[in-house]
Amino acid sequence: MAFIPHTEADVAEMLAAIGVQSIEQLFDEIPASLRVRSLDGIPPALNEMQIGKLMSARAQSDGRPLCFIGAGAYEHHIPAAVWAVATRGEFYSAYTPYQAEASQGTLQLIYEYQTMIASLTGMEVANASLYDGASALAEACLMAVRANRKSKTHRVLMPRSVHPHYRKVASAAAGNQAVRFEEVSYGPAEGRTLASTLARFDRQDITALVIQQPNFFGVLEDVDALTRWARERDIFVIAVVNPTSLALLKPPGEWGPGADIVVGEGQPLGVPLSSGGPYFGFMTTRMAHVRQMPGRIVGRTVDVSGRDGFTLTLQAREQHIRRARATSNICTNQGLLVTAATIYMSLMGPQGLARVAAASHAHTAELIAALTRVPGVRKVFPSPYFHESVVGLDRPVAPVLQHLADRGILAGFDLAEHYPELGHALLVCATETKTSAEIERYANALGDVMKAARAA
Amino acid sequence: MSQVPADLQYSKSHEWVRKLADGIVEIGITDHAQHALGDLVFVEVPDTGRKLAAGEACAVVESVKAASDVYCPIAGEVTAGNPDLASAPELINQDAFGRGWLLRLRPAGTQSSALLSAAEYEELLRTEVS
Repeated sequence: MAFIPHTEADVAEMLAAIGVQSIEQLFDEIPASLRVRSLDGIPPALNEMQIGKLMSARAQSDGRPLCFIGAGAYEHHIPAAVWAVATRGEFYSAYTPYQAEASQGTLQLIYEYQTMIASLTGMEVANASLYDGASALAEACLMAVRANRKSKTHRVLMPRSVHPHYRKVASAAAGNQAVRFEEVSYGPAEGRTLASTLARFDRQDITALVIQQPNFFGVLEDVDALTRWARERDIFVIAVVNPTSLALLKPPGEWGPGADIVVGEGQPLGVPLSSGGPYFGFMTTRMAHVRQMPGRIVGRTVDVSGRDGFTLTLQAREQHIRRARATSNICTNQGLLVTAATIYMSLMGPQGLARVAAASHAHTAELIAALTRVPGVRKVFPSPYFHESVVGLDRPVAPVLQHLADRGILAGFDLAEHYPELGHALLVCATETKTSAEIERYANALGDVMKAARAA
Repeated sequence: MSQVPADLQYSKSHEWVRKLADGIVEIGITDHAQHALGDLVFVEVPDTGRKLAAGEACAVVESVKAASDVYCPIAGEVTAGNPDLASAPELINQDAFGRGWLLRLRPAGTQSSALLSAAEYEELLRTEVS
């Protein structure tokens, strides 16, 4: 369908129909003091040629660093076909079209995406996606408060082993909507949430428990025991998962008695790192909770002639109908990224995704072995991990990272800001994209930098 | 014209109230309301023990078109939500004043006189339609 903006004549006609002089007049009810008159710091517009020159100059200064940072965004190989297909004109809109049923191809693609994500997470139903993993977690917490009618307190247990940015976003988005977050510490030796730590909540009214698998440290949580503990106490389990890992690990639908809501960051499924976004979040749940799930859902049906067709469904609680009382007023579907992810998943298939996951784990094991051979570097947690792990250095991490960056190596994520209790700790990751030679290059460079620092 | 049983009281937002024998009242939405909503696909009723203020949103009735709040016409404590509606929301379409009841309530203190009689509610429907 065509996306053609209104002409000046169209605008004039619409304004005349509602008896308004200008578009500006439509914003009358916003107090003048709240209006931004000028955007200081925003330079004047450039034409296409000028912006092309500026962007290519900036792209050249990017360099091609060797990246061992994970921490929520992962460099995976993206088959060329993914974006060749995703950027075809029929798909190349970042948004769900408003006259949704006129775009049957888009709806079919979203339906297939939902089917794949539901299957990957072992759940019954998926929505059409959300902004990103962190905002998906915030939505999941709000959804748990609506759906868990056995709990009155709106208390959500949030382990410290959950991604710190996710915790911050969840508290910013849901903390002012009656959700009370309570931090749960991790076992300092194990790097994961211990059932014994949860014992203090045993007889309390708790709405939901968040479990990230693998957790922010890359460590595998004891998901069966944690889910069982929660279910026995009528506490909802919100799983935060890495989609690649699900090709090897047990899906949340099979954790103990099964998670209630599953969310995660979809970026590993065919979306480039691109400086942090745009990405997409996914969300799945059981059918019993589907009416409390935010966002759009595409369903399969038949038209008047009995032919297969796709339609938006279960939207009676969305904002165009429920206004302020909608299940969510800050969610959308990330159409373009979902298109790429659906093509990626269909190209990889379950076997391909399992090979990516297995190679990522193997390369991370190789990386940890190589790094911990460097004097002054040790592994921090002995627990099983997926494709990320924490190493400890015998000196502050930040200067070491800077020296390695000067050599074209992004050596990991410094945990000092978010986890000062871990001392000089560095979170590293290797996906299927890292070769043995690259891992050796990193380990050798780290050896040089550490040696030079010791000598200084 | 939709039916308006004479032995019930009504609210301006299209709920009905029936006095039961033991001081409890039963509450539902009117035939007019169910007709306006269309086929109901999902109904959320309040939990037993919940204390409601008059005018508070106490239930949600969802049709294929919209999910709408039901407002509690009088203050009180919920003694029961209709358990049959979870699997059979169409009871409201079929029998709005009977098997389609939403909740039962023990009224708190003296009742307000803001409720309408059947005649007054019929008058309201007439003015809304015209």
